[in-house]
Amino acid sequence: MLEITNLEKRYGRNDPVLKGLNLRVEGSSVVSIVGASGAGKSTMLRCINRLVEPTSGSIKLNGHELVNLRGSELRRARRRIGMVFQGFNLIDRLSVMENVLSGRLGYVSFFQALTRRFPQSDIDRAFSLMERVGIAHYANKRADQLSGGERQRVAVVRALMQEPEILLADEPTASLDPKTSQQIMSLLQTLASEMSLPVLINIHNVTQARMYTDRIVGMRHGQMIFDGAPKEFNQDALDAIYGGIESPEEDGADPEHQTTQEALA
Amino acid sequence: MVDHAAKLADHVWSRYDKKEQWTRYAVYLATLIAVVWAIHDIDIFWPWVWDAPNQIQSLGARMWPPQFNTWNAIFNAMLETVHIATLSTLLTIFIALPVSYIAAQNTTPNKATLWLGRFILVSSRSVNTIIWALLFVAIFGPGVLAGILAVMFRSVGFIGKLMGEAIEEIDRRPVEAMQATGASKMKVVLYAIVPQVMPAFFAIIILRWDINIRESTVLGLVGAGGIGVLLQGSIDLFAWQTVATILLAIVFLVILGEAITSILRKKVI
Repeated sequence: MLEITNLEKRYGRNDPVLKGLNLRVEGSSVVSIVGASGAGKSTMLRCINRLVEPTSGSIKLNGHELVNLRGSELRRARRRIGMVFQGFNLIDRLSVMENVLSGRLGYVSFFQALTRRFPQSDIDRAFSLMERVGIAHYANKRADQLSGGERQRVAVVRALMQEPEILLADEPTASLDPKTSQQIMSLLQTLASEMSLPVLINIHNVTQARMYTDRIVGMRHGQMIFDGAPKEFNQDALDAIYGGIESPEEDGADPEHQTTQEALA
Repeated sequence: MVDHAAKLADHVWSRYDKKEQWTRYAVYLATLIAVVWAIHDIDIFWPWVWDAPNQIQSLGARMWPPQFNTWNAIFNAMLETVHIATLSTLLTIFIALPVSYIAAQNTTPNKATLWLGRFILVSSRSVNTIIWALLFVAIFGPGVLAGILAVMFRSVGFIGKLMGEAIEEIDRRPVEAMQATGASKMKVVLYAIVPQVMPAFFAIIILRWDINIRESTVLGLVGAGGIGVLLQGSIDLFAWQTVATILLAIVFLVILGEAITSILRKKVI
Protein backbone atom coordinates (compact mmCIF):
# COMPACT_ATOMS: atom_id res chain seq x y z
CA MET A 1 0.00 0.00 0.00
CA LEU A 2 1.23 3.45 -0.89
CA GLU A 3 0.33 6.28 1.41
CA ILE A 4 1.23 9.86 0.59
CA THR A 5 0.44 12.40 3.28
CA ASN A 6 0.75 16.15 3.07
CA LEU A 7 3.47 15.98 0.41
CA GLU A 8 4.99 19.30 -0.46
CA LYS A 9 7.68 20.14 -2.99
CA ARG A 10 9.05 23.50 -3.91
CA TYR A 11 12.02 24.22 -6.17
CA GLY A 12 14.16 26.93 -4.68
CA ARG A 13 12.06 29.83 -3.46
CA ASN A 14 9.39 29.48 -6.12
CA ASP A 15 5.78 28.62 -5.44
CA PRO A 16 5.42 25.00 -4.39
CA VAL A 17 4.79 22.53 -7.20
CA LEU A 18 3.04 20.18 -4.82
CA LYS A 19 0.88 21.68 -2.11
CA GLY A 20 0.02 19.22 0.62
CA LEU A 21 -0.84 16.25 -1.53
CA ASN A 22 -2.63 13.23 -0.06
CA LEU A 23 -3.03 9.93 -1.87
CA ARG A 24 -3.68 6.34 -0.83
CA VAL A 25 -3.28 3.47 -3.24
CA GLU A 26 -4.31 0.13 -1.86
CA GLY A 27 -4.06 -3.38 -3.20
CA SER A 28 -3.21 -3.88 -6.83
CA SER A 29 -5.17 -1.12 -8.48
CA VAL A 30 -4.13 0.76 -11.59
CA VAL A 31 -4.36 4.47 -10.88
CA SER A 32 -4.02 7.10 -13.55
CA ILE A 33 -3.01 10.62 -12.69
CA VAL A 34 -4.24 13.24 -15.11
CA GLY A 35 -3.57 16.94 -15.22
CA ALA A 36 -2.24 19.65 -17.46
CA SER A 37 1.49 20.07 -18.01
CA GLY A 38 2.99 21.67 -14.92
CA ALA A 39 0.34 20.35 -12.58
CA GLY A 40 2.98 18.41 -10.66
CA LYS A 41 2.22 14.86 -11.83
CA SER A 42 5.78 14.06 -12.77
CA THR A 43 7.18 15.66 -9.62
CA MET A 44 4.86 13.60 -7.46
CA LEU A 45 5.89 10.35 -9.14
CA ARG A 46 9.57 11.20 -8.79
CA CYS A 47 9.12 12.05 -5.13
CA ILE A 48 8.03 8.47 -4.50
CA ASN A 49 11.35 6.98 -5.61
CA ARG A 50 13.18 10.13 -4.53
CA LEU A 51 14.56 11.09 -7.94
CA VAL A 52 13.13 14.37 -6.73
CA GLU A 53 13.65 15.32 -3.11
CA PRO A 54 10.33 16.18 -1.37
CA THR A 55 10.37 19.36 0.71
CA SER A 56 8.11 17.97 3.40
CA GLY A 57 5.45 15.37 4.01
CA SER A 58 5.43 11.63 4.23
CA ILE A 59 5.42 8.79 1.69
CA LYS A 60 4.94 5.28 3.02
CA LEU A 61 5.25 2.14 0.94
CA ASN A 62 3.85 -0.92 2.74
CA GLY A 63 4.39 0.81 6.04
CA HIS A 64 7.97 1.95 5.39
CA GLU A 65 8.67 5.66 5.38
CA LEU A 66 10.57 6.69 2.23
CA VAL A 67 11.12 10.41 2.74
CA ASN A 68 13.95 10.30 5.29
CA LEU A 69 15.98 7.47 3.72
CA ARG A 70 19.65 8.01 2.88
CA GLY A 71 22.41 6.15 1.05
CA SER A 72 22.11 2.39 0.96
CA GLU A 73 18.73 2.45 2.70
CA LEU A 74 17.39 4.63 -0.08
CA ARG A 75 18.86 2.33 -2.72
CA ARG A 76 17.29 -0.69 -1.05
CA ALA A 77 13.92 1.07 -1.07
CA ARG A 78 14.32 2.04 -4.73
CA ARG A 79 14.83 -1.60 -5.69
CA ARG A 80 11.21 -2.19 -4.72
CA ILE A 81 9.88 0.67 -6.85
CA GLY A 82 9.87 0.07 -10.58
CA MET A 83 9.68 3.01 -12.95
CA VAL A 84 8.81 3.40 -16.62
CA PHE A 85 9.61 6.67 -18.39
CA GLN A 86 8.19 8.69 -21.26
CA GLY A 87 11.45 8.49 -23.23
CA PHE A 88 12.02 4.80 -22.32
CA ASN A 89 15.43 5.77 -20.86
CA LEU A 90 17.15 2.66 -22.18
CA ILE A 91 20.90 2.42 -22.62
CA ASP A 92 20.98 2.50 -26.40
CA ARG A 93 24.38 0.98 -26.96
CA LEU A 94 23.77 -2.02 -24.74
CA SER A 95 21.85 -5.13 -25.77
CA VAL A 96 18.22 -5.68 -24.84
CA MET A 97 19.29 -8.36 -22.36
CA GLU A 98 21.79 -6.05 -20.67
CA ASN A 99 19.10 -3.40 -20.42
CA VAL A 100 16.69 -5.88 -18.90
CA LEU A 101 19.28 -7.21 -16.45
CA SER A 102 20.17 -3.67 -15.40
CA GLY A 103 16.92 -3.84 -13.44
CA ARG A 104 18.85 -6.13 -11.08
CA LEU A 105 21.65 -3.63 -10.41
CA GLY A 106 20.33 -2.97 -6.94
CA TYR A 107 20.74 -6.67 -6.08
CA VAL A 108 24.00 -7.80 -7.67
CA SER A 109 27.56 -6.85 -6.72
CA PHE A 110 29.63 -4.31 -8.64
CA PHE A 111 31.85 -7.09 -9.97
CA GLN A 112 28.86 -9.06 -11.23
CA ALA A 113 27.53 -5.93 -12.90
CA LEU A 114 30.91 -5.17 -14.49
CA THR A 115 31.47 -8.68 -15.88
CA ARG A 116 27.77 -9.13 -16.76
CA ARG A 117 27.74 -12.35 -14.70
CA PHE A 118 24.23 -12.17 -13.37
CA PRO A 119 22.82 -15.05 -11.30
CA GLN A 120 21.06 -17.73 -13.38
CA SER A 121 17.81 -16.98 -11.55
CA ASP A 122 17.96 -13.38 -12.85
CA ILE A 123 18.57 -14.60 -16.40
CA ASP A 124 15.66 -17.05 -16.13
CA ARG A 125 13.41 -14.29 -14.83
CA ALA A 126 14.57 -12.01 -17.66
CA PHE A 127 13.72 -14.57 -20.34
CA SER A 128 10.32 -15.41 -18.88
CA LEU A 129 9.36 -11.74 -18.59
CA MET A 130 10.64 -10.97 -22.09
CA GLU A 131 8.63 -13.90 -23.44
CA ARG A 132 5.61 -12.63 -21.56
CA VAL A 133 5.75 -9.26 -23.38
CA GLY A 134 6.97 -10.73 -26.69
CA ILE A 135 10.53 -9.42 -26.96
CA ALA A 136 12.56 -12.53 -26.07
CA HIS A 137 13.84 -12.92 -29.64
CA TYR A 138 15.48 -9.49 -29.37
CA ALA A 139 17.64 -10.44 -26.37
CA ASN A 140 20.95 -9.90 -28.15
CA LYS A 141 19.91 -6.97 -30.31
CA ARG A 142 21.08 -3.48 -29.47
CA ALA A 143 18.36 -1.53 -27.70
CA ASP A 144 18.42 1.30 -30.25
CA GLN A 145 17.49 -1.06 -33.08
CA LEU A 146 14.01 -1.62 -31.67
CA SER A 147 10.85 0.32 -32.42
CA GLY A 148 9.26 2.64 -29.87
CA GLY A 149 6.70 0.13 -28.63
CA GLU A 150 9.33 -2.58 -28.31
CA ARG A 151 11.64 -0.23 -26.46
CA GLN A 152 8.94 0.60 -23.96
CA ARG A 153 8.37 -3.14 -23.45
CA VAL A 154 12.07 -3.51 -22.66
CA ALA A 155 11.71 -0.68 -20.14
CA VAL A 156 8.66 -2.35 -18.56
CA VAL A 157 10.53 -5.66 -18.26
CA ARG A 158 13.52 -3.82 -16.75
CA ALA A 159 11.25 -2.32 -14.11
CA LEU A 160 9.63 -5.69 -13.41
CA MET A 161 13.08 -7.31 -13.01
CA GLN A 162 13.35 -5.32 -9.79
CA GLU A 163 10.56 -7.45 -8.28
CA PRO A 164 8.83 -4.19 -7.47
CA GLU A 165 6.13 -3.67 -4.91
CA ILE A 166 4.79 -0.79 -6.96
CA LEU A 167 5.22 0.37 -10.54
CA LEU A 168 5.41 4.04 -11.49
CA ALA A 169 4.87 5.07 -15.10
CA ASP A 170 5.61 8.64 -16.13
CA GLU A 171 3.65 9.22 -19.33
CA PRO A 172 4.67 5.82 -20.69
CA THR A 173 2.75 6.27 -23.94
CA ALA A 174 3.38 9.93 -24.76
CA SER A 175 6.19 9.08 -27.23
CA LEU A 176 4.24 6.32 -28.98
CA ASP A 177 1.72 6.21 -31.80
CA PRO A 178 -1.93 5.73 -30.78
CA LYS A 179 -2.10 2.01 -31.50
CA THR A 180 1.16 1.15 -29.75
CA SER A 181 0.24 3.32 -26.81
CA GLN A 182 -3.00 1.35 -26.40
CA GLN A 183 -1.00 -1.87 -26.46
CA ILE A 184 1.35 -0.60 -23.76
CA MET A 185 -1.55 0.60 -21.60
CA SER A 186 -3.33 -2.73 -21.84
CA LEU A 187 -0.03 -4.50 -21.13
CA LEU A 188 0.43 -2.46 -17.97
CA GLN A 189 -3.15 -3.20 -16.98
CA THR A 190 -2.86 -6.98 -17.41
CA LEU A 191 0.60 -7.16 -15.83
CA ALA A 192 -0.74 -5.31 -12.81
CA SER A 193 -3.47 -7.87 -12.27
CA GLU A 194 -1.21 -10.85 -13.08
CA MET A 195 1.40 -9.79 -10.58
CA SER A 196 -1.04 -8.07 -8.21
CA LEU A 197 1.04 -4.96 -8.49
CA PRO A 198 -0.22 -1.44 -7.86
CA VAL A 199 0.55 0.84 -10.81
CA LEU A 200 0.57 4.64 -10.90
CA ILE A 201 0.39 6.09 -14.40
CA ASN A 202 0.81 9.74 -15.32
CA ILE A 203 -1.10 10.20 -18.50
CA HIS A 204 -2.31 12.98 -20.78
CA ASN A 205 -4.73 10.86 -22.75
CA VAL A 206 -7.95 10.94 -20.75
CA THR A 207 -9.63 8.39 -23.02
CA GLN A 208 -6.94 5.84 -22.27
CA ALA A 209 -7.03 6.69 -18.60
CA ARG A 210 -10.74 5.86 -18.55
CA MET A 211 -10.29 2.68 -20.57
CA TYR A 212 -7.34 1.06 -18.89
CA THR A 213 -7.29 2.16 -15.27
CA ASP A 214 -9.41 1.49 -12.20
CA ARG A 215 -9.17 4.92 -10.69
CA ILE A 216 -8.47 8.42 -11.91
CA VAL A 217 -6.76 11.10 -9.87
CA GLY A 218 -6.95 14.62 -11.25
CA MET A 219 -4.33 17.20 -10.35
CA ARG A 220 -4.17 20.91 -10.84
CA HIS A 221 -1.64 23.40 -9.49
CA GLY A 222 -0.08 20.79 -7.21
CA GLN A 223 -3.30 19.72 -5.62
CA MET A 224 -5.61 16.79 -6.04
CA ILE A 225 -8.99 17.99 -7.26
CA PHE A 226 -10.53 14.75 -8.43
CA ASP A 227 -10.36 11.19 -7.18
CA GLY A 228 -12.76 8.56 -8.35
CA ALA A 229 -13.72 5.74 -10.67
CA PRO A 230 -13.42 6.36 -14.44
CA LYS A 231 -17.19 6.47 -14.83
CA GLU A 232 -17.40 9.33 -12.34
CA PHE A 233 -14.90 11.31 -14.37
CA ASN A 234 -17.31 13.60 -16.19
CA GLN A 235 -17.18 16.85 -18.10
CA ASP A 236 -17.19 18.87 -14.88
CA ALA A 237 -14.11 17.05 -13.62
CA LEU A 238 -12.41 17.53 -16.95
CA ASP A 239 -13.15 21.25 -16.94
CA ALA A 240 -11.93 21.54 -13.38
CA ILE A 241 -8.63 19.89 -14.32
CA TYR A 242 -7.94 21.38 -17.71
CA GLY A 243 -10.31 24.35 -17.90
CA GLY A 244 -8.87 27.77 -18.51
CA ILE A 245 -5.32 26.53 -19.04
CA GLU A 246 -5.80 25.00 -22.44
CA SER A 247 -3.25 25.80 -25.11
CA PRO A 248 -4.15 28.52 -27.67
CA GLU A 249 -5.49 26.00 -30.21
CA GLU A 250 -8.28 25.16 -27.76
CA ASP A 251 -11.05 25.59 -30.32
CA GLY A 252 -10.95 22.07 -31.63
CA ALA A 253 -7.44 22.11 -33.09
CA ASP A 254 -5.95 20.05 -30.28
CA PRO A 255 -6.44 16.41 -31.27
CA GLU A 256 -6.09 15.12 -27.74
CA HIS A 257 -8.74 17.47 -26.51
CA GLN A 258 -11.02 16.40 -29.30
CA THR A 259 -10.78 12.75 -28.47
CA THR A 260 -11.61 13.61 -24.92
CA GLN A 261 -14.69 15.50 -26.01
CA GLU A 262 -15.78 12.65 -28.23
CA ALA A 263 -15.25 10.14 -25.48
CA LEU A 264 -17.46 12.11 -23.15
CA ALA A 265 -20.17 12.85 -25.69
CA MET B 1 3.16 56.01 -57.58
CA VAL B 2 5.66 58.67 -56.69
CA ASP B 3 5.23 57.87 -53.05
CA HIS B 4 5.99 54.23 -53.74
CA ALA B 5 9.22 55.04 -55.60
CA ALA B 6 10.33 57.33 -52.79
CA LYS B 7 9.75 54.54 -50.31
CA LEU B 8 11.85 52.15 -52.37
CA ALA B 9 14.68 54.66 -52.52
CA ASP B 10 14.62 54.75 -48.73
CA HIS B 11 15.49 51.07 -48.50
CA VAL B 12 19.18 51.60 -48.03
CA TRP B 13 20.84 48.50 -46.70
CA SER B 14 24.35 47.80 -45.58
CA ARG B 15 25.74 44.71 -43.88
CA TYR B 16 27.34 46.70 -41.06
CA ASP B 17 26.16 49.85 -39.33
CA LYS B 18 28.47 52.81 -38.66
CA LYS B 19 29.68 51.55 -35.31
CA GLU B 20 30.42 48.05 -36.58
CA GLN B 21 32.25 49.50 -39.57
CA TRP B 22 34.54 51.57 -37.31
CA THR B 23 35.17 48.55 -35.11
CA ARG B 24 36.27 46.63 -38.19
CA TYR B 25 38.69 49.40 -39.23
CA ALA B 26 40.10 49.46 -35.71
CA VAL B 27 40.69 45.69 -35.77
CA TYR B 28 42.46 45.96 -39.17
CA LEU B 29 44.66 48.74 -37.83
CA ALA B 30 45.51 46.85 -34.64
CA THR B 31 46.47 43.75 -36.64
CA LEU B 32 48.68 45.81 -38.93
CA ILE B 33 50.40 47.47 -35.95
CA ALA B 34 51.03 44.08 -34.33
CA VAL B 35 52.61 42.69 -37.49
CA VAL B 36 54.81 45.73 -38.13
CA TRP B 37 55.89 45.86 -34.49
CA ALA B 38 56.77 42.15 -34.46
CA ILE B 39 58.83 42.33 -37.65
CA HIS B 40 60.56 45.44 -36.36
CA ASP B 41 61.37 43.92 -32.97
CA ILE B 42 62.60 40.44 -33.81
CA ASP B 43 66.20 40.25 -34.86
CA ILE B 44 66.46 38.65 -38.24
CA PHE B 45 69.93 38.61 -39.74
CA TRP B 46 68.85 39.18 -43.34
CA PRO B 47 72.05 38.09 -45.11
CA TRP B 48 71.47 34.61 -43.67
CA VAL B 49 67.95 34.61 -45.03
CA TRP B 50 69.20 35.50 -48.54
CA ASP B 51 71.87 32.84 -48.15
CA ALA B 52 69.33 30.14 -47.24
CA PRO B 53 68.93 28.65 -50.77
CA ASN B 54 72.68 28.00 -50.95
CA GLN B 55 72.66 26.44 -47.51
CA ILE B 56 69.73 24.19 -48.41
CA GLN B 57 71.52 23.06 -51.52
CA SER B 58 74.71 22.36 -49.63
CA LEU B 59 72.91 20.52 -46.82
CA GLY B 60 71.01 18.49 -49.38
CA ALA B 61 74.29 17.56 -51.07
CA ARG B 62 75.82 16.49 -47.77
CA MET B 63 72.73 14.39 -46.92
CA TRP B 64 72.68 12.59 -50.22
CA PRO B 65 72.71 9.64 -50.46
CA PRO B 66 71.11 8.56 -47.18
CA GLN B 67 73.28 6.09 -45.40
CA PHE B 68 71.61 2.83 -44.45
CA ASN B 69 74.51 1.12 -42.69
CA THR B 70 73.11 2.14 -39.28
CA TRP B 71 69.58 0.98 -40.06
CA ASN B 72 69.71 -1.52 -37.20
CA ALA B 73 70.25 1.18 -34.57
CA ILE B 74 67.66 3.38 -36.24
CA PHE B 75 65.11 0.56 -36.26
CA ASN B 76 65.64 -0.08 -32.55
CA ALA B 77 65.32 3.63 -31.76
CA MET B 78 62.09 3.72 -33.77
CA LEU B 79 60.74 0.78 -31.82
CA GLU B 80 61.62 2.58 -28.61
CA THR B 81 59.77 5.65 -29.89
CA VAL B 82 56.64 3.61 -30.54
CA HIS B 83 56.94 1.92 -27.14
CA ILE B 84 57.13 5.33 -25.42
CA ALA B 85 53.97 6.43 -27.25
CA THR B 86 52.05 3.24 -26.54
CA LEU B 87 53.03 2.88 -22.90
CA SER B 88 52.42 6.51 -22.06
CA THR B 89 49.03 6.51 -23.81
CA LEU B 90 47.90 3.40 -21.94
CA LEU B 91 49.18 4.62 -18.58
CA THR B 92 47.58 8.01 -19.13
CA ILE B 93 44.14 6.39 -19.31
CA PHE B 94 44.31 5.42 -15.64
CA ILE B 95 44.96 9.00 -14.61
CA ALA B 96 42.91 10.84 -17.22
CA LEU B 97 39.64 8.95 -16.66
CA PRO B 98 39.29 9.79 -12.95
CA VAL B 99 40.34 13.35 -13.70
CA SER B 100 37.75 13.67 -16.48
CA TYR B 101 35.13 12.29 -14.09
CA ILE B 102 35.75 15.05 -11.56
CA ALA B 103 36.26 17.71 -14.24
CA ALA B 104 32.86 17.06 -15.84
CA GLN B 105 30.15 19.25 -14.39
CA ASN B 106 27.51 16.55 -14.30
CA THR B 107 29.53 13.88 -12.48
CA THR B 108 31.90 15.82 -10.21
CA PRO B 109 31.11 15.33 -6.50
CA ASN B 110 31.38 19.01 -5.56
CA LYS B 111 32.75 22.43 -6.54
CA ALA B 112 36.16 21.77 -5.00
CA THR B 113 36.71 18.58 -7.01
CA LEU B 114 35.50 20.32 -10.16
CA TRP B 115 38.14 23.00 -9.77
CA LEU B 116 40.79 20.45 -8.83
CA GLY B 117 39.99 18.51 -11.99
CA ARG B 118 40.08 21.61 -14.14
CA PHE B 119 43.33 22.75 -12.54
CA ILE B 120 44.98 19.41 -13.34
CA LEU B 121 43.77 19.59 -16.94
CA VAL B 122 44.87 23.16 -17.50
CA SER B 123 48.30 22.72 -15.92
CA SER B 124 48.90 19.56 -17.93
CA ARG B 125 47.88 21.21 -21.17
CA SER B 126 49.67 24.49 -20.70
CA VAL B 127 53.08 22.84 -20.51
CA ASN B 128 54.51 21.41 -23.71
CA THR B 129 55.76 17.82 -23.86
CA ILE B 130 59.34 18.98 -24.45
CA ILE B 131 59.24 21.12 -21.31
CA TRP B 132 57.82 18.27 -19.27
CA ALA B 133 60.65 16.14 -20.71
CA LEU B 134 63.31 18.69 -19.65
CA LEU B 135 61.82 18.58 -16.16
CA PHE B 136 61.78 14.79 -15.93
CA VAL B 137 65.26 14.42 -17.41
CA ALA B 138 66.43 16.71 -14.61
CA ILE B 139 64.65 14.52 -12.03
CA PHE B 140 65.13 10.97 -13.35
CA GLY B 141 68.13 11.49 -15.56
CA PRO B 142 68.12 11.01 -19.33
CA GLY B 143 66.32 7.98 -20.73
CA VAL B 144 63.04 6.41 -21.68
CA LEU B 145 61.39 6.84 -18.27
CA ALA B 146 61.62 10.62 -18.47
CA GLY B 147 60.15 10.45 -21.97
CA ILE B 148 57.22 8.28 -20.94
CA LEU B 149 56.41 10.56 -18.00
CA ALA B 150 56.66 13.67 -20.17
CA VAL B 151 54.27 12.32 -22.78
CA MET B 152 51.93 11.11 -20.04
CA PHE B 153 51.81 14.45 -18.27
CA ARG B 154 50.88 16.19 -21.48
CA SER B 155 48.36 13.52 -22.52
CA VAL B 156 46.44 13.64 -19.23
CA GLY B 157 45.24 17.12 -20.09
CA PHE B 158 44.29 16.20 -23.64
CA ILE B 159 42.46 12.95 -22.91
CA GLY B 160 41.01 14.28 -19.65
CA LYS B 161 39.56 17.38 -21.25
CA LEU B 162 38.02 15.61 -24.23
CA MET B 163 36.64 12.79 -22.06
CA GLY B 164 35.23 15.34 -19.64
CA GLU B 165 33.41 16.99 -22.52
CA ALA B 166 32.12 13.61 -23.68
CA ILE B 167 30.77 12.94 -20.17
CA GLU B 168 29.08 16.34 -20.10
CA GLU B 169 27.30 15.57 -23.36
CA ILE B 170 25.66 12.31 -22.31
CA ASP B 171 21.93 11.77 -22.30
CA ARG B 172 20.81 12.12 -18.68
CA ARG B 173 17.76 9.91 -18.96
CA PRO B 174 19.48 6.52 -18.68
CA VAL B 175 21.23 7.85 -15.56
CA GLU B 176 17.86 8.59 -14.03
CA ALA B 177 16.60 5.12 -14.97
CA MET B 178 19.59 3.41 -13.38
CA GLN B 179 19.23 5.45 -10.20
CA ALA B 180 15.60 4.38 -10.08
CA THR B 181 16.62 0.70 -10.02
CA GLY B 182 18.46 1.28 -6.75
CA ALA B 183 21.92 0.98 -8.33
CA SER B 184 24.86 2.48 -6.45
CA LYS B 185 26.77 5.42 -7.91
CA MET B 186 29.51 3.21 -9.35
CA LYS B 187 26.97 0.94 -11.03
CA VAL B 188 25.13 3.94 -12.46
CA VAL B 189 28.42 5.11 -13.97
CA LEU B 190 29.11 1.62 -15.30
CA TYR B 191 25.75 1.16 -17.01
CA ALA B 192 24.48 4.63 -17.84
CA ILE B 193 27.65 6.64 -18.51
CA VAL B 194 30.36 4.23 -19.68
CA PRO B 195 28.40 2.85 -22.68
CA GLN B 196 27.56 6.38 -23.79
CA VAL B 197 31.15 7.65 -23.77
CA MET B 198 32.72 4.46 -25.22
CA PRO B 199 32.86 5.68 -28.86
CA ALA B 200 34.38 9.01 -27.81
CA PHE B 201 36.85 7.18 -25.59
CA PHE B 202 38.22 5.01 -28.40
CA ALA B 203 38.38 7.93 -30.83
CA ILE B 204 40.30 10.05 -28.31
CA ILE B 205 42.73 7.28 -27.31
CA ILE B 206 43.54 6.45 -30.94
CA LEU B 207 44.02 10.12 -31.78
CA ARG B 208 46.30 10.67 -28.80
CA TRP B 209 48.38 7.60 -29.60
CA ASP B 210 48.89 9.01 -33.08
CA ILE B 211 49.93 12.40 -31.65
CA ASN B 212 52.17 10.73 -29.06
CA ILE B 213 54.15 8.88 -31.73
CA ARG B 214 54.99 12.24 -33.29
CA GLU B 215 55.76 13.80 -29.92
CA SER B 216 58.01 10.87 -28.98
CA THR B 217 60.18 11.45 -32.03
CA VAL B 218 61.42 14.78 -30.65
CA LEU B 219 61.83 13.72 -27.00
CA GLY B 220 65.37 12.55 -27.69
CA LEU B 221 66.46 16.13 -28.43
CA VAL B 222 66.38 16.74 -24.68
CA GLY B 223 67.66 13.26 -23.86
CA ALA B 224 64.35 11.61 -23.05
CA GLY B 225 64.72 8.57 -25.28
CA GLY B 226 63.47 7.51 -28.68
CA ILE B 227 64.67 8.27 -32.20
CA GLY B 228 65.44 11.88 -31.27
CA VAL B 229 68.53 10.79 -29.33
CA LEU B 230 70.03 9.29 -32.49
CA LEU B 231 68.99 12.33 -34.51
CA GLN B 232 70.62 14.75 -32.08
CA GLY B 233 73.76 12.60 -31.93
CA SER B 234 74.06 12.44 -35.72
CA ILE B 235 73.57 16.19 -36.09
CA ASP B 236 76.28 16.79 -33.48
CA LEU B 237 78.65 14.53 -35.45
CA PHE B 238 77.74 16.22 -38.76
CA ALA B 239 76.72 12.75 -40.00
CA TRP B 240 74.28 14.27 -42.43
CA GLN B 241 73.75 11.11 -44.42
CA THR B 242 72.56 9.34 -41.26
CA VAL B 243 70.40 12.36 -40.40
CA ALA B 244 68.73 11.98 -43.79
CA THR B 245 68.01 8.31 -43.10
CA ILE B 246 66.54 9.15 -39.68
CA LEU B 247 64.32 11.86 -41.14
CA LEU B 248 63.08 9.42 -43.77
CA ALA B 249 62.44 6.84 -41.04
CA ILE B 250 60.44 9.38 -39.01
CA VAL B 251 58.30 10.28 -42.01
CA PHE B 252 57.74 6.57 -42.65
CA LEU B 253 56.78 5.98 -38.99
CA VAL B 254 54.33 8.87 -38.90
CA ILE B 255 52.67 7.70 -42.12
CA LEU B 256 52.50 4.16 -40.74
CA GLY B 257 50.95 5.45 -37.51
CA GLU B 258 48.42 7.44 -39.52
CA ALA B 259 47.50 4.35 -41.53
CA ILE B 260 47.14 2.12 -38.47
CA THR B 261 45.01 4.64 -36.58
CA SER B 262 42.70 5.19 -39.53
CA ILE B 263 42.16 1.43 -39.81
CA LEU B 264 41.59 1.17 -36.04
CA ARG B 265 39.14 4.04 -36.16
CA LYS B 266 37.09 2.30 -38.83
CA LYS B 267 37.15 -0.99 -36.96
CA VAL B 268 36.29 0.29 -33.52
CA ILE B 269 33.87 3.12 -34.13
